[in-house]
Amino acid sequence: MADLDTFRSETRAWLEANCPEEMRQPVRDEEDVYWGGRRATFKNEAQKSWFEACVAKGYTVPAWPKDYGGAGLDAGEAKVLREEMSRINARPPLSSFGIWMLGPALLHFGTEEQKKHYLTQIARGEIRWCQGYSEPGSGSDLVSLQTYGEDQGDHWVVNGQKVWTSYADQADWIFCLVRTDKTNKYQGITFMLFDMETPGVSTKPILLISGNSPFCETFFDDVKVPKDQFVGEVNRGWDVAKYLLGHEREMISGAGGGDRTAAIGAAMLRHAGELDPMLRAELAMFDVDALAYSAMGEKFLDEIKVGKAHPAQPNTMKYAGTELNKRRHELMMSAGGSRSLEWDSEETGGGKPSRGWLRTKANSIEGGTSEVMLNVISKRILDLPGS
Amino acid sequence: MPLYHDEDQAMLADSASQFMAEEGSINKQLRHWRDRDCKDGFGHELWKQFGEMGFTGILVAEDDGGLGMGHVEAGIVLEEIGRNLTPSPFLTSSVLAATALGQASDDLRGRYLPGLVSGDSVFAVAIDEGAKHRPERIKTRAEKSGNGFRLSGKKDFVIHGASADMIVVAARTSGADDDADGITLFAVPKDVAGLSQVAVRLVDSSMATHLTLDGVDLDGDAVIGEVDGGREILNRMLNAGRIGAAAEGAGVARGAMDMTIDYLKQRKQFGKLIGEFQALQHRAAHLYSEVEIARAVVIKAQQLLDADAPSAELMVSVAKAKVSKVAGLAVREGVQMHGGIGMTDEYDIGLYMKRDRALQEFLGDAYYHAERVAQISGY
Ligand SMILES: Cc1cc2nc3c(=O)[nH]c(=O)nc-3n(C[C@H](O)[C@H](O)[C@H](O)COP(=O)(O)OP(=O)(O)OC[C@H]3O[C@@H](n4cnc5c(N)ncnc54)[C@H](O)[C@@H]3O)c2cc1C
Repeated sequence: MADLDTFRSETRAWLEANCPEEMRQPVRDEEDVYWGGRRATFKNEAQKSWFEACVAKGYTVPAWPKDYGGAGLDAGEAKVLREEMSRINARPPLSSFGIWMLGPALLHFGTEEQKKHYLTQIARGEIRWCQGYSEPGSGSDLVSLQTYGEDQGDHWVVNGQKVWTSYADQADWIFCLVRTDKTNKYQGITFMLFDMETPGVSTKPILLISGNSPFCETFFDDVKVPKDQFVGEVNRGWDVAKYLLGHEREMISGAGGGDRTAAIGAAMLRHAGELDPMLRAELAMFDVDALAYSAMGEKFLDEIKVGKAHPAQPNTMKYAGTELNKRRHELMMSAGGSRSLEWDSEETGGGKPSRGWLRTKANSIEGGTSEVMLNVISKRILDLPGS
Repeated sequence: MPLYHDEDQAMLADSASQFMAEEGSINKQLRHWRDRDCKDGFGHELWKQFGEMGFTGILVAEDDGGLGMGHVEAGIVLEEIGRNLTPSPFLTSSVLAATALGQASDDLRGRYLPGLVSGDSVFAVAIDEGAKHRPERIKTRAEKSGNGFRLSGKKDFVIHGASADMIVVAARTSGADDDADGITLFAVPKDVAGLSQVAVRLVDSSMATHLTLDGVDLDGDAVIGEVDGGREILNRMLNAGRIGAAAEGAGVARGAMDMTIDYLKQRKQFGKLIGEFQALQHRAAHLYSEVEIARAVVIKAQQLLDADAPSAELMVSVAKAKVSKVAGLAVREGVQMHGGIGMTDEYDIGLYMKRDRALQEFLGDAYYHAERVAQISGY
């Protein structure tokens, strides 16, 4: 405890010295998020210096070992850092699928060489990753995927199509599920890693209802992937895929705190000037749920660190967290009134309320739908019968 | 502090769970006393056993013969009480009254705490005036008279009032009905002249009273804490009681959910176990998710209260509101998913529904606490 107190005061001082004022504002839009990668540019000097300070300290991935670019913090220290960052509203210095998804999978399944190489790149924001799971015929039923990698001795030749690949057009590398054995459904998939600049890879952006285009169709046309670029074992990629999904769901759930679990009633009153009594009542009920959920997020993170959480609990978090976030934005739209309908006005920052509201509808679809989450909870946690 | 039980707490949870399942079971306690029209609504024998287990003194300071533990520990016992629907005066005596007495003079503590710790005494609290919980307004008057006070007024929803050896009464010693200040708490002995109670049986078979104070004369030494300064102790007591009721409610929700999920694995229709129907699976999974959230916010609020954190007040109301909603869902889904058998007195699920209803109302329902969340948050 005394050690943690020391760590807390050191952390506080370090944040004071290194986190610029501009980086202590809530994230307002995509430009405020730094994703890293070969083509990344900083929005401003503050974003850059904050990012660089964190890289030097290992704070882009504080709980990863120092050998791989992290700070090697234990569970208690990581929690203190989270608390201290959220206390001053510090933005994450780096956001990426590498941190949330691939990294945890590599930490668990990667070879020492892979960890040193890929994890360090992720920690330093050098490579931006995208996720090639879903296909046109394989969404919730992901394991039916068809993209095929033919064994050519020292490499595979991959053909097929992925869809809904977030940021595929901006990513440097892809972690991709590829069928390598057509005779075995679950044990015939390999978890491959390859460069998006490899000949034969192409992407085509898809426009969302929010008017933004953050994801793509991704095509593989005779793409050569060297035989050493896979994680885990050949044909056992499904294990890696599922493990990674747990982390993806945890990330989407918003369990780590921040905007998604905060109460909103007071902010809505400031914003709207006055609240209709029935809306105020709904906001109060929402705040009860949001604050209770934030306790659940904290409990989940505490428990997962010491192995007390049910292994399927990320599904519970994802289900509850995303349904809550959708409700949050419905209420924010109601409180905002006609102003929040504006699609590209300057006053709304180019339609942030409405576009943000529409974007949240994807929360309960991406990374596994709410219905699929409920299926998993039924089977794996409640042990209900039936396949 | 991490949001799970430490080793000592886990041990307490094990022993409370085993004890309550064996000694506090529905058949041994709730049905037993209910079917005999017991005027207390609980068994004194069991209350003595609570004393032997040390439960009675969990919130009582070690110097006063208790265990000097906190709300997390009291909540552990309450969650087991909730799961087993064990009727006992634990919440009114060992949580509410004990919290008030903790702030009382040496004399009052010496007079009342030993009997509480041993499980010989039962205490009640008289706060509500009217059918809804509104402790911001207290009309009951305590006028100065001689070197003591004379109390007049009416109180409702006094759980275990008729069985209590002493009742903690919140009365007004100065100011107007809605003033925050001017409240004083009194330890009122059961057979004092001018005190009368009309006992009523509630839907969950617990016993409450409508209490009348008709010029009840008390010595100055019956005052708990400071004259006119009772609001702070009252708030402390309310926080303790509310998080306690929330912990019990979380136990009720779990008990109802566990029963229901077991039933989904046994009952067959259309040649299948009903738990194979996705419509029911999804409702069960949703319920599970809500119950997990309710349990998380309960332990969060307990820890904040134990740490005397400024945000404790807010989180206690969040917890009470959330648990009221979730336990309500658990018992309604429970009865529905049991079908016809869920409507029978013979089957236990209906008992959970009844207990939940009473607990929701106790010390403020979900609407009351959501309103408080809005006010504390500044809107
Ligand atoms: C914004 C966004 C970003 C995404 N990013 C990526 C990405 O980067 N990489 C990637 O690989 N994928 C990504 N996805 C894809 C996402 O994982 C899939 O959309 C998701 O798994 C659902 O698959 P589907 O769209 O084919 O819907 P379907 O599986 O066709 O589902 C349609 C409906 O049927 C329901 N349903 C399906 N099966 C069942 C069942 N067994 N029981 C009950 N109901 C069922 C679903 O819940 C849903 O309501 C993204 C999606 C979105 C919206």
